[in-house]
Amino acid sequence: MSYLVGKDLCGGYGGPDILKGCDIEVGKGEVVVIVGPNGAGKSTAMKAFLGMLQMTGGSITLGGEDIMSLSPQQRIRAGIGFVPQTHNVFTGMSVEENLEMGAFIRDDDISGTLEEIYQLFPILKEKRLQAAGELSGGQRQQVAVGRAMMTKPSVLMLDEPTAGVSPIVMDELFDRILEVRAKNVAVLMVEQNARQALQIADKGYVLVMGENRFTGTGAELLADDDVRKSFLGG
Amino acid sequence: MPEFIDILNALVLMTNYVILPALTYGSQLALGALGVTLVFGILRFSNFAHGDTMAFGAMVTILITWWFQSLGLSFGPLPTALLALPFGIAVTAVFLLFTDRFVYKHYRGIGAKPITFVMVSVGVMFIMNGLVRFVIGPADQRFADGARFIFKAREFKEYTGLAEGLALRSSQVITIVLAIILVAALFWFLQKTKTGKAMRAFSDNENLALLSGIDPDKIVRITWILAAILATVAGVLYGLDKSFKPFVYFQLLLPIFAAAIVGGLGKPIGAIAGGFIIAFSEVAITYVYKKFLIYLLPENLEPESLMQLLATEYKFAVSFVILVLVLLVRPTGIFKGNVV
Amino acid sequence: MSLLKGTRLRPFIVFGIMAALLTFVGISQSWGVSLTIINMCIISAIMTLGVNIQWGYAGLFNVGIMGFCALGGAAAVLVSKAPVTEAWSAGGAGMALALLCLVAGCCFVFILNRKWGKRPFRTTVTFIAALGVYFLARHFYDPASAAIEAVNPAKTGYLGGMGMPIILSWIVGGLFAAGAAWLIGKVTLGLRTDYLAIATLGIAEIIVALLKNEDWLTRGAKNVTGLPRPVPFELQLQQDSWFVDLVSRFNADLLAGLATDERAATLQSLVMDASGIFVKLCYTGLFLMVLLVLFTLCQLALNSPWGRMVRAIRDNETAAAAMGKDIKGRHLQIFVLGSAVVGIAGAMMTTLDGQFTPGTYNPLRYTFLIWVMVIVGGSGNNLGSILGGFLVWFIWIEAEPMGTWLMNVVTLGLDPASALKAHLLGSAQYMRLMVMGGVLLLVLRYSPGGILAEKSGHK
Repeated sequence: MSYLVGKDLCGGYGGPDILKGCDIEVGKGEVVVIVGPNGAGKSTAMKAFLGMLQMTGGSITLGGEDIMSLSPQQRIRAGIGFVPQTHNVFTGMSVEENLEMGAFIRDDDISGTLEEIYQLFPILKEKRLQAAGELSGGQRQQVAVGRAMMTKPSVLMLDEPTAGVSPIVMDELFDRILEVRAKNVAVLMVEQNARQALQIADKGYVLVMGENRFTGTGAELLADDDVRKSFLGG
Repeated sequence: MPEFIDILNALVLMTNYVILPALTYGSQLALGALGVTLVFGILRFSNFAHGDTMAFGAMVTILITWWFQSLGLSFGPLPTALLALPFGIAVTAVFLLFTDRFVYKHYRGIGAKPITFVMVSVGVMFIMNGLVRFVIGPADQRFADGARFIFKAREFKEYTGLAEGLALRSSQVITIVLAIILVAALFWFLQKTKTGKAMRAFSDNENLALLSGIDPDKIVRITWILAAILATVAGVLYGLDKSFKPFVYFQLLLPIFAAAIVGGLGKPIGAIAGGFIIAFSEVAITYVYKKFLIYLLPENLEPESLMQLLATEYKFAVSFVILVLVLLVRPTGIFKGNVV
Repeated sequence: MSLLKGTRLRPFIVFGIMAALLTFVGISQSWGVSLTIINMCIISAIMTLGVNIQWGYAGLFNVGIMGFCALGGAAAVLVSKAPVTEAWSAGGAGMALALLCLVAGCCFVFILNRKWGKRPFRTTVTFIAALGVYFLARHFYDPASAAIEAVNPAKTGYLGGMGMPIILSWIVGGLFAAGAAWLIGKVTLGLRTDYLAIATLGIAEIIVALLKNEDWLTRGAKNVTGLPRPVPFELQLQQDSWFVDLVSRFNADLLAGLATDERAATLQSLVMDASGIFVKLCYTGLFLMVLLVLFTLCQLALNSPWGRMVRAIRDNETAAAAMGKDIKGRHLQIFVLGSAVVGIAGAMMTTLDGQFTPGTYNPLRYTFLIWVMVIVGGSGNNLGSILGGFLVWFIWIEAEPMGTWLMNVVTLGLDPASALKAHLLGSAQYMRLMVMGGVLLLVLRYSPGGILAEKSGHK
């Protein structure tokens, strides 16, 4: 049984349903990637897990417990970390303050976690007193991921973490995400760079029109002719 | 070449009529602008009621001061108003929290545009304005007591033997000292405490702050309390230094906004810099330089006119021109506020 | 019967209530009082129309209404008063030179700034040049203004006006306000919406400070009284035989029943009353004409393609910009037009008062009260603005006696000699500020569209 399970998710932003009964599961120590065309409901699915969507049906469980009735803040306390696609750092605050704010809901000593994040992203330790807004795009993404990791989440969700960064930075970022996975965290990601993302994915979902179209391991999806032709550009 | 003694006299003259008043006025403006900038950073609108909040806070403090005075309480050489200040702050804070709960909160709930908030703050301004005039009247009120001078101009002249006197009023020292303490405390709060950092985070990126589990209601409450502290202290200091007159506080809105925008709206450090820039420009531009120049220039070059750049009546023009220049050249202000 | 639908009938009902209120004042107090209120109501309505152009059509927040209004007032003086030839010969040339220096100097500084380009010290050079121009202008200005102000200071001490009919000032006042608005708009439009508000707040203070202190121009705090009128004077009417005939014909029944000696005395008092009302009616007629013309123009503009574009910009600036609309240009246009209307109203108000008193301009009465009118009447709706002008002015005038009455009731139980009672009664006039603030907040909260809301589109 996977750790975070969304079954038969239906919902939207008040209008017609954007998610029309899709299933998404992530297990601990797994990287799961959601790909699909524009408007397929990829980011919407993520919002459903975060509790920022008006749900009309389905169920979401975290570690076997139903979290449907929890607010976004409560879900973060329950162990979901989220990295938004844009505006995901406090630009005017230092790197260290960004990380501290990530741990805002924690009342215990955070210095241990801080050290872990610095080990994971050594560049952040070097720049810890610099304002996050002054960092390069890739470094900012590291701050964003680090911020979300400060609550020691069991699930880390990333909304298009590589949007707008160069291929080299993207590879580095994926390496870091694999290291996060190694910490027995469930990683759920929405990606536009589908091919590269599927290469590191344990499992991939192809969403179309709010429904599951293809599901399989990353390698399976990459090998599937239909998926390649329709979504990976040949 | 002017003689050494003339240069000294000119410097004393300058200190007495420009530097000291501008430092005092600048501190008052800086505190006012800090309040405006904090509200702007967190609640994201220009609070037109801030001038009248200063008047309200000062009024409450004055009333309590009078009560203390009637009880025979005093603060030694310091003005009794300083004793009453904490109570004035408390009442103002309650009032602001009350307005937030019954006025502003609704508009946050519906996600109103900033300009709607500005409009609403005008309504609040009207009410506070009426309330202050209703309770204490529109006239000038003096409430300063205690020692008026640290040293007087005459004492300074006798001590130094210079022709020019330098007076140091206690209200000037109190203003500057209190402003320094308050600003230091505010920066310590914003930079070092968890709540202060959360405020900065909220001002920086509201959505991410919410995602991090920061409670927006608490941030808003603290912002209003800080605004109450800053506004009341600024209002009382201004009243001690000059006098309390409700309409003057309304007019302070312009230099205060100018200070906040010049420094960069939403930037506390900018508000302080802006406050002093506006104050020094205002005082320096409306100062009569005749005597100053007579000390420094050779006799045949001595000026006959007043050598005043702008009549005192136009001091608002100074803040306005600075404001316009900043908007033209660098709309985000010196410290790059989070606007435009 | 579509006419009976609430939305169609609503304007008739509310204006009917307004008319009933004014009639009530006419009957219970006097028709003179009622007409005084009506005249100010019309002027308020015109101002509100102007502000509504800015806020209702385009969402521009102008907090400098007082300044534009005062400019209109100054225009009334400058147009209608006879020129003071002595003052002109004393300082006219100097003033003209100062003005010339200022205009030429500004052009020079502007061109210098442009031509300097990327060379170093651009800001410093511009600054020094501007300072030089300022001193040069001051060099001519200082003696000239002193000379002008020295000419018979008790009576004139200023340059006077152009000696033209005062009605002309209504247009000139509009032009003055438009000019000031253009300058402000150039700088602040296109930035954050609050900036326009703060800048207009500032320009209004400066305009009023100028009018208060530039004695050579408007006599400043010494006021200009006895402005010419566009309508006859009461005293003159009382001596005109046609007017006396008219009054006696109107009251023929009453007069017929009186003895001869009584008749003359009664007729005289009737003529005195009637002359006052007649003059007020003349003003009412003139003002109504202006209001009707402006209202028609506003309606035509609002429903023209231009009006639709403007509202489209207001409702979605990004989309409008994407469609290639020049937002800043349109906003500037609207800001200038709206301010011009306020300037016209300002000139009319000074005409009605017959005097120009710069010291009486205060932002609560001249800026924020107008805002209450706009919001209460219905932003975006011209008819609503007119209603707001009428209704809020009526409340503003009547709130004071009502406040006093209320305070009397509240303090009924108090000892008549107590200080508290005296204080409360003395402060009753400030109740209306609170009432206005309360009305503004309540309307914004529970009926953001105002009494007569805009018909479509705007939420």
